[in-house]
Amino acid sequence: MMSGTTPVEQLSYEVAFAELEELVAALESNQRPLEEAMALFERGQALAHHCARLLDQAELKVQVLSSARSVDADEEG
Amino acid sequence: MDFFPSFQPACISVSDLTRYLRMLLESDELLQEVWVEGEVSNLSRPASGHIYFTLKDSSCALRCVIWRSTAQRLSIRLQDGAALQVHGNISLYEASGQYQLYVDQIRSAGEGALYMEFLRLKARLESEGLFDPQRKRLIPAWPRKIGIVTSPSGAALQDMLNTLRRRFPIVEVYVAPTAVQGAEAPFGIVSALQALNQSIHPDVILVARGGGSIEDLWAFNDERVAYAIAASAAPVISGVGHETDFTIADFAADLRAPTPTAAAELATPDQEDLRLTLHDRVASLIRSYESSLDTQRWKLAETQGQLRMFSPLRQIRENRQRLDDLTRSAEQAMLYNLRLQKAHLSGLHTHLQAVNPLAILERGYALVTQLEDGKIVKSTNQVQEGSGLNVRLADGSFPVRVTAPPSETP
Repeated sequence: MMSGTTPVEQLSYEVAFAELEELVAALESNQRPLEEAMALFERGQALAHHCARLLDQAELKVQVLSSARSVDADEEG
Repeated sequence: MDFFPSFQPACISVSDLTRYLRMLLESDELLQEVWVEGEVSNLSRPASGHIYFTLKDSSCALRCVIWRSTAQRLSIRLQDGAALQVHGNISLYEASGQYQLYVDQIRSAGEGALYMEFLRLKARLESEGLFDPQRKRLIPAWPRKIGIVTSPSGAALQDMLNTLRRRFPIVEVYVAPTAVQGAEAPFGIVSALQALNQSIHPDVILVARGGGSIEDLWAFNDERVAYAIAASAAPVISGVGHETDFTIADFAADLRAPTPTAAAELATPDQEDLRLTLHDRVASLIRSYESSLDTQRWKLAETQGQLRMFSPLRQIRENRQRLDDLTRSAEQAMLYNLRLQKAHLSGLHTHLQAVNPLAILERGYALVTQLEDGKIVKSTNQVQEGSGLNVRLADGSFPVRVTAPPSETP
């Protein structure tokens, strides 16, 4: 499985969440050595915290392209 | 309905007749969805907010009503003499016995021509396969970059940004500003799409504009815009005008949203849902972990039991017992052996008694030995006169001396 190596803080929400789901599935399959189960659990918690933190701290980043051919904007209410 | 029973021509009330006529009109499908073209006259706007007017052509007239709720969202200013196309359903106003058109849409007669053009272009692009369902790409569930093609000053942009901020603030938004109405708009929209695809590579692009008249939205019925949307590397969600507005851009897009806000919604997951799901996954994680710990504990207990069963302590205890058993057997064997030996010995002793040569002395025999060397005297040859001998009887012995020469027994 892909679990494990990248530091959690560097993962995007999507990747972190996907890995979390994988961890849960892996733990649910239940035939894990104790040490591995502990490692999976700890990583899972870190991933969940990371995801929650991403949602909490996110501020919409908006960038306006200047290179796009900007015709004068008119219209609209 | 039994207004005219056959057995007797009966007289019915005006109300009954009027309701019957109304039912006839309302049951005609053609009259329920009809576009009518004519000129507005006798326009009246009472305080109720409803609008009444007559639609005329050179020879006929049609009473029309626009309810206040419909009147409020009309984008066209009504005035006497205007040439219009109106859409609605025909029914009967019972109080005056007058049939009339209940209007729900209005467009200028010019719009009618635009609409025909729209239909022609739609048919052509459709035949080119531009709208094929197979062409539609999936909108990614969790976009990281969203491109927006819209007017930088319109309310639509703020609506979309607010929606994105509320639902999925993780996303990065790139706005490619463009005019969205006027002659330059189609080119602007195409350029904005290209700029986003070339420099940003967004996961999805929203092409949007707030509501307006059909002329206002016309840029989105331009074939250049349709081609650019179809050619976009990123999937496109269109959100143009109101729910009832359909544009060529909508058909070319991978997904049509009824409004700009809805486009932003369709492009993103809602963080409230994400949090719920996240919470749920953490619960599963804990549950699975606990259960895996339980399994480990159970296995451990089981193995400990097995370990105890094979413990050397147990073997030692067992060996100790065997040792005791063996010791006891050994002792018994020894005792037995000893007893056996004793019995044997006593038997031997009796036997010995039986063969004891001295026993014969009890019967009066004597044992004679040389005094000098203790040799048993068995023959007269061994003695001479004067020899010293020892005579042993059963209860003792005494020395004697031979006083005469020995003679042989005859």
